[in-house]
Amino acid sequence: MAEHFDAIVIGAGPSGNAAAYTMAKGGLKVLQLERGEYPGSKNVQGAILYSDALERMIPDFREDAPLERHIIEQRMWILDDNSHIASHYRSEEFNKQPYNRYTILRAQFDKWFSTKVQEAGALVINETTVTDLLMDKNRVIGVRTDRVDGEIYADVVVLADGVNSLLAKKAGFHAELQPKDVALAVKEIHFMPTETVESRFNISGDEGVVIEMAGKITKGMMGTGFLYTNKESLTVGVGCMLSDFKASKVSPYTLLDEMKQHPSIKPLLAGGEMKEYTAHLIPEGGYEAMPQIYGDGWMIVGDSGMFVNAVHREGSNLAMTTGRIAAETVLTLKEARKDLSARNLSAYRAALDETFVMKDLKKYRRMPGVFHKNPQFFTDYPDLVSQAARTMLTVDGIDKKTKEKQIRKEFSSRRSLVGLLGDAFKMWRAFE
Amino acid sequence: MSTVKVEERLFQNRYRVDSGHPHIQIKDNEICHSKCQGKECTHLCPAACYTQEGNGRVVLITDGCLECGTCRIICNEHHNVAWEYPRGGYGILFKFG
Repeated sequence: MAEHFDAIVIGAGPSGNAAAYTMAKGGLKVLQLERGEYPGSKNVQGAILYSDALERMIPDFREDAPLERHIIEQRMWILDDNSHIASHYRSEEFNKQPYNRYTILRAQFDKWFSTKVQEAGALVINETTVTDLLMDKNRVIGVRTDRVDGEIYADVVVLADGVNSLLAKKAGFHAELQPKDVALAVKEIHFMPTETVESRFNISGDEGVVIEMAGKITKGMMGTGFLYTNKESLTVGVGCMLSDFKASKVSPYTLLDEMKQHPSIKPLLAGGEMKEYTAHLIPEGGYEAMPQIYGDGWMIVGDSGMFVNAVHREGSNLAMTTGRIAAETVLTLKEARKDLSARNLSAYRAALDETFVMKDLKKYRRMPGVFHKNPQFFTDYPDLVSQAARTMLTVDGIDKKTKEKQIRKEFSSRRSLVGLLGDAFKMWRAFE
Repeated sequence: MSTVKVEERLFQNRYRVDSGHPHIQIKDNEICHSKCQGKECTHLCPAACYTQEGNGRVVLITDGCLECGTCRIICNEHHNVAWEYPRGGYGILFKFG
């Protein structure tokens, strides 16, 4: 006896929760399937929550969502072997409510989001892995799970199953991921007293700091490191493109270990107790690598659709936005009693095109290619910039004009003048 | 401070291992042994699930798997990794994520 739903959502991360919440709130009969013990138990992120995307669905989320710290300061570090050159932006504006972004712990946050999904009326079933999509010719009509009699039917299936998205590949909706289109990130969480976190980062109350890092820590690979402040813990991690990992054969945990030993980072972590080690793939292929995101009876949201803005380290907000807009598309079609066919679901893509999601992905469409072809942005430049700072800041009786000359010589010997101009042009084009 | 071994790291994590049902399998051991030059999985798996034995054989033990998908995607020349999610409720169970 198979049950029939208006919609089945596969996965209970930010995109799946946004989709299930919005559809249930709109009065649809929604089933959400999650393979973890509870929503969040399979999910990994840095993690920063951007308020805007969530606020559009749950305006009063701040009242009970498990938030760690609101970010008042963003640091960007460029590191060589034993130095870092930095820009810090700290503003009292970020201390005014409503706060713009928070650090969160995903296992706790996703669990909370799921209670909202259930309150909205969706049926959430955990510990259930979807093994196949049920098809009637080209149309998705339901799912098969790993439970006994586990076939369930629906008018539309929303694939929110994350970066690996095995189901979409099995069904032929998109090809296997390429190593050049995904980053592998590993991270650890280190616990320490709240006072230690606050004194080390010059913050108090719920204020927080995030540090994004590039340079020698990735050993020439295209990637970045990060360190985020939580209430009574720090999250520290590093991620690089899988194609670069494959070429270098550097073990990700070795990379993280060495990064933690960097003299600029080590004192921040001192005395902490490591309580979890995680790894996760991030789909960073961008606009050019995006798969088809809808078809007859199905839609793709979140990471499984490559919805990540790698340049600005944004993903969960794209996930929530795609989930919400997919759900709104279904609601509109249902209300008009229209078929959930590919032709009608194309409204999902059209609506997304009008949002920051597609606009930003389009804007940075050249970025992955530029970085893949120009490793100097992760090798020569961090070194040169750090050297330049050290030269200018070392007082040793040499006049500043001579020092400037030295720095210019250093730059043009590592990257010819043509190379330097070319790099500037490439960056300008990529960011344009 | 010496560097932490990957096993000590994984010890901090919570798992419910589905004994006897590994969710990832090497399709053909012979391909790893004789055809694959790089054996990248033995370096890149963040949980060090893949190890290379003295005789060149690659051995996979999935108990510490973090379910990231790296092994499947980097094996893009030989496509020798059969990768599924664990059964519902099994595998890594993140406390913090």
